[in-house]
Amino acid sequence: MFQNLIDFLLNDFFITGDPLILGAQVSIGLSMVAVVFALTYFKKWRWLWTEWLTTVDHKRIGIMYIIASILMLFRGGVDALLMRVQLAVPQVEFLHADHYNAIFTTHGVIMILFMAMPLMFGLFNIVVPLQIGARDVAYPFLNSLSFWMFFFGAMLFNVSFVIGGSPDAGWLAYPPLSELSGSPGLGQDFYIWGIQISGIGSLATGINFVVTILKMRAPGMKLMKMPMFVWSVLSSCITIMFAFPILTVTLFLLFIDRYFGAHFFTLDGGGNPMMYINLIWMWGHPEVYIVILPAFGIFSEIVSAFSKKKLFGYKSMVFALMSISFFSFFTWAHHFFTMGSGANVNAFFAVTTMLIAIPTGVKVFNWLFTMFRGKLTFPTPMLWTIAFIPCFVVGGMTGVMLSVAPADFQFHNSYFLIAHFHQVLIGGVVFGYFAGLYYWWPKMFGFKLHEGLGKWAFWLWNIGFYVCFMPQYALGLMGMTRRFNEYNFDMGWQPLNVVSTVGAFIMGLAFLFQVWQIAHSIKFYKKEPTGDSWDGRTLEWSIPSPAPLYNFARVPVVDSEDAWWEEKQRLANGGKPKPLAPLEPIHMPKNSAIPFLISVSFFVMGFGFVWDWKWMIIPGAIGVAICMLARSFSYDTDYYIPVDEIERTEAALGGTK
Amino acid sequence: MENHNSHSPSHDSHGSMKSYVIGFVLSIILTIIPIAIVMNDMLSKQLTIIVILIMAGLQFVVQLFFFMHLKDEAKPRYNTMALVFGLIILLTVVAGSIWIMSYNVVG
Ligand code: HEM
Ligand SMILES: [Cu+2]
Repeated sequence: MFQNLIDFLLNDFFITGDPLILGAQVSIGLSMVAVVFALTYFKKWRWLWTEWLTTVDHKRIGIMYIIASILMLFRGGVDALLMRVQLAVPQVEFLHADHYNAIFTTHGVIMILFMAMPLMFGLFNIVVPLQIGARDVAYPFLNSLSFWMFFFGAMLFNVSFVIGGSPDAGWLAYPPLSELSGSPGLGQDFYIWGIQISGIGSLATGINFVVTILKMRAPGMKLMKMPMFVWSVLSSCITIMFAFPILTVTLFLLFIDRYFGAHFFTLDGGGNPMMYINLIWMWGHPEVYIVILPAFGIFSEIVSAFSKKKLFGYKSMVFALMSISFFSFFTWAHHFFTMGSGANVNAFFAVTTMLIAIPTGVKVFNWLFTMFRGKLTFPTPMLWTIAFIPCFVVGGMTGVMLSVAPADFQFHNSYFLIAHFHQVLIGGVVFGYFAGLYYWWPKMFGFKLHEGLGKWAFWLWNIGFYVCFMPQYALGLMGMTRRFNEYNFDMGWQPLNVVSTVGAFIMGLAFLFQVWQIAHSIKFYKKEPTGDSWDGRTLEWSIPSPAPLYNFARVPVVDSEDAWWEEKQRLANGGKPKPLAPLEPIHMPKNSAIPFLISVSFFVMGFGFVWDWKWMIIPGAIGVAICMLARSFSYDTDYYIPVDEIERTEAALGGTK
Repeated sequence: MENHNSHSPSHDSHGSMKSYVIGFVLSIILTIIPIAIVMNDMLSKQLTIIVILIMAGLQFVVQLFFFMHLKDEAKPRYNTMALVFGLIILLTVVAGSIWIMSYNVVG
């Protein structure tokens, strides 16, 4: 019996026999011990539970999202470097084929779903309520639930590489390879359950922010007076609301195929794998716009703040954002022009794809005109913005090249495609979120990040990016296709691959600089003298940094776009400060343990499904049900902060406002 | 629409007993019709499918008006807009898939 258990653990449960994975297992084990030890030694368990795990405060949830996403960036980045090493020396079997397949799969899933999405949600959480003058999001409980569902979904996915085996059928898991016949292992089940669980969180966040933006704005903030970042969040969240259900259904059908032996996507039994490809891209294409739209919003905020000018073409910007989120639903087939759907289908989707580049172009001109004759300064957030513009223009142009259906028969699945989407995802999404992170960092923590180290990181990232990805366009044209770990020396691809790998390591170095930058800035902590670190324009800069629990002691009244800037101008021109309304008790949501517990139950249930262990599925499902019931019958969910406490907090923050 | 004091946007009117009962009865009728047709083999296969589809569509409408209170929504009608957009996406998913997949029929 005991021997059986040991056998099971060593042969099936834990992945054994690979030195790289063994190293990872040991380091994961050691760091878990270290964390538990540190929490116990410093008596921080209660603090962790009451201040973080059960919090419903949007600012803290935002910080947790960002920490999780940076950890995921690290894991996805290590995956990338491993692949690059293999491709630079294809003759050496550094990663054997199976391992290579697993790594490019987890790299893709992690970077999009567990790095870009949570980093984006983190910024939504931190910024949106502050910019619209609200005290929290519309549904704070749901917000915490979203975070924990994401977190445990991501953990379920990540655990597969040390327990049970990684998925290895590509980041979108096309059947028939991802069916039971092609992937009999557990990796694909981890994939399905990890993404499904975190997908519930993403959908809920989408709904939450749409409602927050539509219903919780400060008095006077008409829709057309909202900061541009808020508009971009709205457009992204609307897209989430309609795109994520498609993903959920598609993966659910794949689950039914695998678990119950159905035939939705198998050729035998009347199904069709092409249908999966069709469905998954109906989510997949909107998804790439979901992550880029908020980056557009961030750039708009930063360009206007560091040009000391109103954003040029506000209305056209709003129009561009909203039309992109609408049209992104009508271009999906450009991902499978080669599937053989005939000239009409391909022509239609080629045209819709080219059309969507137009609103994107409009935005580029808006940013340029905002800078034109502005009083420009170039701190790190602005540097990232300036670097983004040319990078994204090139990425968009290569996208338009790909959208020419006949040409795509050559480009498809070559390194040209790889270079295209990394250019828009790194040069657009990652640069954008970095810009946002640097810009709002002082609002989150009350101190700025060290500029000098930030500039090092900035230059290394940019140089590394071009060194890494420009050669890949050429490699694509030379015929190198994606997703293999070996190629013959006489193909002539090696020199450019070596260059590309060097670029990847430069980006790795850039990441280390950012870690150093954060550590350095914490060590030499210098409190920001005011809450308005950048002489900002929008409401989040009108309150202290970090913002108090209730954000605004008095709900601001807005009468123009760039409300805080206009108010500062008015005062500078000798205007009288507005009379302060008396403080009132503030209505706030109470912390709750249910989101955490329900997500743990989902994790248990998902893990049970992966192994098909009924004894684990059932308790997990019961846990979910109990949590739901408990929530339905809890009425004591909110409280009031009394006026004297607000007064004390405000006095301590030095705010007279 | 500004609602900064309370945390969950407050619910508007919840409909009357009468409208709930009507909605409930209608949805039961709409469920019984297809069941009866299928159980008693009343129509040809094709007609049965058509009837089921029509009943499903009507069911959807009943749910929206009697339980989701679509018609007594205050302006701006965000729910209606969301519904219209949702229907457009739904149409795209179904019609687009049929169009694309009609070139990929197997066997
Ligand atoms: C000007 C706008 C854009 C155009 C015209 C465009 C066009 C295309 C086309 C036609 C493909 C498919 C090529 C093939 O598979 O052969 C593609 C792939 C891709 N694009 Fe874009 N794109 C644009 C912007 C973006 C943006 C903003 C993102 C992300 C932020 C993005 C991310 C991707 C990804 C991830 C893939 C490939 C996914 C895969 O096959 O695994 N694109 N793009
Ligand atoms: Cu696309």
